[in-house]
Amino acid sequence: MKTYLLPSLKLTAVLIIICSVIYPLLIAGIAKTAPGQGKGVTLSVNGKVVGYENIGQKFTRDDYFWSRPSAVDYNANGSGGSNKAPSATDLLQTVQARIDTFMKHNPDVKKSDIPSELVTASGSGLDPDISPQGAYVQIARVAKARNISEATLKQLVEKHVEKSWFGPEKVNVLKLNIELNTLQKNN
Amino acid sequence: MKTELLGVIASFLITLAIAIPLGKYIAKVFKKEKNLLDFMGPLERFIFRICGIDTTREMNWKQHVGALLSLNLLWFVYAFVMFLIQGSLFLNPDGNPSMSPHLSFNTAVSFLVNCNLQDYSGETGVTYLTQLVVLMFLHFMSAATGIAALVVVFKAMQDKVTDKLGNFFEYFVKSITRILLPISLLIAILLVFHGTPASFDGKDMVITMQGDTSHVSRGPAAGMIAIKHLGTNGGGWFGANSAHPLENPDYFTNMVEIIAQCIIPFALVFALGYYLNRKRMGLVIFSVMTLGMLCFLLPTMHAEMKGNPAIAHMGIDQSSGSMEGKEQRFGAPATAYWSILTTVISTGSVNSMHDSSMPVSGAMQMLGMMTNCFYGGNGVGILNYYIFIIIAVFISGLMVGRTPELLGRKIEAKEMKIATLIALLHPLLILSFTALSSWVITKNPTLPWLNNTGYHGFSEMLYQYTSCSANNGSGFEGLGDNTPFWNITAGFVMILGRFLPIIGPLAIAGILAKKKFIPESAGTLRTDTGTFGIMTFAVIMILAALAFFPALTLGPLAEYFSFH
Repeated sequence: MKTYLLPSLKLTAVLIIICSVIYPLLIAGIAKTAPGQGKGVTLSVNGKVVGYENIGQKFTRDDYFWSRPSAVDYNANGSGGSNKAPSATDLLQTVQARIDTFMKHNPDVKKSDIPSELVTASGSGLDPDISPQGAYVQIARVAKARNISEATLKQLVEKHVEKSWFGPEKVNVLKLNIELNTLQKNN
Repeated sequence: MKTELLGVIASFLITLAIAIPLGKYIAKVFKKEKNLLDFMGPLERFIFRICGIDTTREMNWKQHVGALLSLNLLWFVYAFVMFLIQGSLFLNPDGNPSMSPHLSFNTAVSFLVNCNLQDYSGETGVTYLTQLVVLMFLHFMSAATGIAALVVVFKAMQDKVTDKLGNFFEYFVKSITRILLPISLLIAILLVFHGTPASFDGKDMVITMQGDTSHVSRGPAAGMIAIKHLGTNGGGWFGANSAHPLENPDYFTNMVEIIAQCIIPFALVFALGYYLNRKRMGLVIFSVMTLGMLCFLLPTMHAEMKGNPAIAHMGIDQSSGSMEGKEQRFGAPATAYWSILTTVISTGSVNSMHDSSMPVSGAMQMLGMMTNCFYGGNGVGILNYYIFIIIAVFISGLMVGRTPELLGRKIEAKEMKIATLIALLHPLLILSFTALSSWVITKNPTLPWLNNTGYHGFSEMLYQYTSCSANNGSGFEGLGDNTPFWNITAGFVMILGRFLPIIGPLAIAGILAKKKFIPESAGTLRTDTGTFGIMTFAVIMILAALAFFPALTLGPLAEYFSFH
């Protein structure tokens, strides 16, 4: 083994330069031409940054569409899920409490219309999306809180449904709520 | 659901479409035939010259092991020291602290051995400097180590009788310059254009629409996320790994990442066929591996798409599947597919929290790591499979009354002893350490280890050691594993689970290569037939999977039956 130590040491030094200095710098350079310049894509209202496109935010007010529950309370300097087993009693109690809260704020909604992502925590705790159904079930509440017609809100949500050939349909909650605020001004 | 299933099928087919030509290319690289990246030649020669490496000096299997261990020893010391002092070094915009000695030991080992178990959280536990020059560096090194070791075995399986098996440093460097680095760069560019950060800016602060203050962790993550998949490493930039919306921003990047982690393990199987001019053998091995993977995938897809019966009982629609611990942008089917591929292949990156998977899925994820040879990690997957081939050849030989031979070489007592020991090491490590930790927790029930009680709590410990021994790195993350007990025991399991299963096959291949070559005749047991494939499959399932059946019964199976 001794005969290989010196070449190994030199090789290590050379490869640190190639793989850990040149490679990331090259990517950082290329990223300058990408959306967000490689710093993460932000969304602004009137020139003021209100959040990151891909990072979910906490929305709890009745006049906003809610995001999914989060195990880290949408604190984006950390991330993670509940790590609870599907059969865990405390998980099921939490889910029941979320259902009750949702029903209290959305009394007109049928319980069977609530999609499962609205009462379960995501893996990252920063999930920016909900399903289209997750937005539709909240329309009645938001309409009442904002005094906007349900039809207008339905149109707004439909506009924000993202779909493609592969994968589930989704609605970005932050983008939806940003445009929701502009609606109110027009009315 | 239709678009979601289509996404899964497309992911597999695209992987296959890339892996076949890639396998041919890899075979060419190591046979030194003309290939696409020959323009890397001058760079490689420059590296060898300044490092004082003479690639014409061929090594026997013991010298290969020596070179491999020298490199790894150096990297271990380097990584261990860097984590201990990272807090006072530069490139630390978030002001993160140094690691404790036991966490430093665990993390250094974990990345050295391509396991990437992370007992720290990326946002707070490491600095930009250590993420790049230690963790990402080891991503490249450990993947290239696995590939280089496999090439030695390829070389030994050729017809020529010799103990000269090429130069380890040459295989190793070419794995980086011709395979890992160029493909990683392409993947990183795709990720960057879909929103993954790559700049060196630190944490950002934003006032959200509801007026909360939110700090957003960022960093030069794209390059690391590319190689963490391509190299089947799995250790991510952020704590939530590929469930994190900056690490894996949309369904497209999810496909890119799941494809990236499968292409080299798939391609190496085809490379074996091309390298040895035995395409049929490669095809049979690939079919067996795919069959094994499907055995774990189908129950998992079914369980995850059906959803959580307890939540269904509360009156909530489960048509989108079980969503606890999953991301909306991926959905249940793609998440189920990922969770199985990342465990059969030893990547261990996650796009959901496996701790919240349905009981059946948890069992399948563990079986993926317990067998650890259906595709498997870069290089090491086939090395594990090779051990099972040796055992299958021996047993089949005994069954039909022929001398056991593999590719013209007699398998005798010495090789069989090594193969059996390596095959038994994996269950021994996992089961004995799980037993030890279970004993400790029953003696000290107040220890804050487990995030779940009962059967699932046991599963958290079983999963941890399985992941360590298989060098996978995913976890039932509820386990409070940043303690001296877990950091140190897991560290030793990872070391043993890495180096012995590499040295064993190298030894067998080296010994066989020196034996007299017996040309194939009508009396030879053929190893490239479907029958032999099924024989190998049976050996794997009996040896690797059944050994764990009692442990699985205590964990996920008991959970399943008490739940339904």
